[in-house]
Amino acid sequence: MSALRPNWQALAALVATLYSLTALPFTAGMSAPYSLAVAAILIAGACLSMLRLPSGVEALVLMVASFAAAALLIAGLAEATGTATAGYFASLTAAWLLAWRLVTVLSGDGRSKGQGFGLVSITVPVLFGIWVLILWECIVRGAGIPFVLLPPPSAIGVRIGNSLPILAADFRQTVLKAVLFGYVVGSLSGFLVAILADRFRFFANGLLPIGNMVSALPMIGIAPIMVIWFGFDWQSKAAVVVVMTFFPMLVNTLAGLAASGDMERDLMRTYGASHWQVLMKLRLQAAMPFIFNALKINSTLALIGAIVAEFFGTPVVGMGFRISTEVGRMNLDMVWAEIALAAVVGSLFYGALALLERTVTFWHPSYRR
Amino acid sequence: MPETVISAQNLDLTFETNDGPVHALKDITLDIAEGEFISLIGPSGCGKTTLLRVIADLEQPTGGTMSVNGMTPEQARLARAYGYVFQQAALLPWRTIEKNVGLPLEVMGLDAATRSERVRSNLELVNLAGFEKKFPWQLSGGMQQRASIARALAVEPAMLLMDEPFGALDEIVRDHLNEQLLKLWAKTKKTVVFVTHSIPEAVFLSTRIVVMSPRPGRIHEIIDCDLGPDRPLDIRETPEFLKIAHQVREGLKAGHSYDE
Repeated sequence: MSALRPNWQALAALVATLYSLTALPFTAGMSAPYSLAVAAILIAGACLSMLRLPSGVEALVLMVASFAAAALLIAGLAEATGTATAGYFASLTAAWLLAWRLVTVLSGDGRSKGQGFGLVSITVPVLFGIWVLILWECIVRGAGIPFVLLPPPSAIGVRIGNSLPILAADFRQTVLKAVLFGYVVGSLSGFLVAILADRFRFFANGLLPIGNMVSALPMIGIAPIMVIWFGFDWQSKAAVVVVMTFFPMLVNTLAGLAASGDMERDLMRTYGASHWQVLMKLRLQAAMPFIFNALKINSTLALIGAIVAEFFGTPVVGMGFRISTEVGRMNLDMVWAEIALAAVVGSLFYGALALLERTVTFWHPSYRR
Repeated sequence: MPETVISAQNLDLTFETNDGPVHALKDITLDIAEGEFISLIGPSGCGKTTLLRVIADLEQPTGGTMSVNGMTPEQARLARAYGYVFQQAALLPWRTIEKNVGLPLEVMGLDAATRSERVRSNLELVNLAGFEKKFPWQLSGGMQQRASIARALAVEPAMLLMDEPFGALDEIVRDHLNEQLLKLWAKTKKTVVFVTHSIPEAVFLSTRIVVMSPRPGRIHEIIDCDLGPDRPLDIRETPEFLKIAHQVREGLKAGHSYDE
């Protein structure tokens, strides 16, 4: 058995690093020895990782090499924006390849078929996210991409840190008032109307076409009307969210109530069960996967609805208001800060629902263990 | 003479379908006495399941009369006169075995103490003690079907209506459950109406076998099956057993069950 275990990521990283030596120094802010230090770290990391090491040690070597190189490469951009040479990008590529190798090692070298468990299942996506940010930062600043086109994540981070009170006020206005209220009212009324429409069939026959039509209306048509009806404050945005979330919940709940099997319904009939008993003990339970689908769809719809509705008149606070005004003032870092906030809020909202879904519909074939 | 509990007089049932009317049952007259084990046998489309569903008030006849325990089928259903076992176990996946067996008792509005006592005793009866907290999908098909029988028995009905309950199971499991069902029947003295398309199963279990024939579904012949109460599995190799099985097969043949 050979002491070497070559792999294509480390080999490619070696090639990229060797190439980078042809274009020293990497940036105007990096001296030649500084650039050589980066290359040395990358070469050492790539070579060490190809030795037959225990996977824990290999992961540690790769982690240290890739992140040390990345840190030095980012630091080398200080006062030197837009001066990166081909060598800079080659060594950045090498660092990224080592990080790729790291993720491969952590996920069991692609050989184990089982799902990653525990720490690994969190580490891999986190590493992935961090490297997206590193590449974004280095490419944008290294190549000197104009701030208006795409600000580097560091600038967005600084902006978020400096604007916490504004972001908090926008969050309160848009998420805690408009989104939450509209989401709860829209989803709940969609659910209750579905229960009624299921009990009284004529209700469904009359209502579904109208609901269909309302849901087909463009939001940018509804939003100004809601502002006229309910005023400039969050109530009109909540109304838009209600309109947007009502119908997905109605349709999904109706489909879910039809999801229980004939045999199960016959069974309840042989027990002489009443309509409400069948509903509570059988049909609503069977409808839960559908209802959670609607809740998840609605969580993103509600956020989009509330933000866009603020483009049509609002008090001087709110995430949508901030985005539309800061775009006009070319403060793109603030726009990106709001986008980051919306992304985090949306992901947490969705994640919480997915977690709840797992506990409620544990019996569904897709979750069974 | 035991009392008649199920009585069908000149029963007719026609389904209106898009392809025109389908004559599912024609002129069915059948009396079932208390404590009997009746098998309905015939090819698919002969109306045996439909007849069982009429007894259970899951279908309404279009002609003739049906009485169950001296009541209309609807009254009998609302009085929980029977327990129904389907082709599949139809256990609710979000309920444990214990809660599944307790489901009809919850619908009936019994208190928790009575419920848990009945659940316990009926799970014991079908040899499922110790599986109370399992979910249905953690059990084998045979165990699921036994749980569904326990669920039907928990209502404490005087009769059991069984619609090919072991049809989806393999033969080894089926033999075993047939044996258990016989013991259960001997112990509880319930009236059983059992739909099957297996001749050995019908002969092994029944006191009388109703041979039905298709298009339109009607009773061709009723065969007595007097093998006595004690029936070990190897009774199926005895001449008496084979003679009755032969008689059933002849009946099915004469009823055009084997026609193309």
